[in-house]
Amino acid sequence: MGFQVEKVSDVLVVDVEGQLIVGNRQELKQKVLEELENGERKFVVDFEKTGYIDSSGLGVLVSLSKKVREQGGELRLANLNEDLKTLFELTKLDTLFHIADSREAALKDL
Amino acid sequence: MAPDLILDIPNDLASIEEAVEFVMEQCSGCGDDPRRLRLNLRVGLSEALANAMLYGNAQDPSKRVKVEVAFQGTTITARVTDEGSGFDPYRVPDPTTPGNLLKAEGRGIFLMRKLLDEVYFNDRGNSVTLVLRLPPDREEGCVDGGARA
Repeated sequence: MGFQVEKVSDVLVVDVEGQLIVGNRQELKQKVLEELENGERKFVVDFEKTGYIDSSGLGVLVSLSKKVREQGGELRLANLNEDLKTLFELTKLDTLFHIADSREAALKDL
Repeated sequence: MAPDLILDIPNDLASIEEAVEFVMEQCSGCGDDPRRLRLNLRVGLSEALANAMLYGNAQDPSKRVKVEVAFQGTTITARVTDEGSGFDPYRVPDPTTPGNLLKAEGRGIFLMRKLLDEVYFNDRGNSVTLVLRLPPDREEGCVDGGARA
């Protein structure tokens, strides 16, 4: 379980491996905020290897998206499985994020 | 509720995943809807534990959280109790309204209510009970299929 960071062109892609939950949300937050501080402005969070997200995980994505936007950047999400899509739909966060079916689609035009 | 399984866990956020996975293993033979087990029960129970530790026990490492799980046919009942003074669950705002959508917190109880068939609190507000009803699997329920601790 953890977060792998990869630079693709001028986009920082973060892979969420395992869960994004109350126990590890701060780790993701810290990683993205550090990169934002270092000047990165384009982010994709890839959930291809993610089991599930809890409300704290959803909350940290909302918080990060807000902070990235405040700095003139954008944070997109990719590869949500059916369970994760359900959580975003229930909470109406699907209306807040750019959600792509694949990493490639998320990177396009970012 | 006569529990088949009782867990007494430390007030440590890192212990949530292990506790939830343990309960999920005990439920693995219950009913015929693996998705509702995997998503609804797992997320609902995780939310209940996180609320108990963060808000109920106020992150106090000296406190404990009790989890009781009962299996009746294909119905799973899970109760999570903290040592806090409780809260009023009816005063929690709807996180999906435009004014709340950008807030980082406040989705836990909402998700529990959306994902479980029943969610109710005791009068004090320090104990939440989650009920998930699954469709029967070969009319066996989870009495024979689910393991017991």
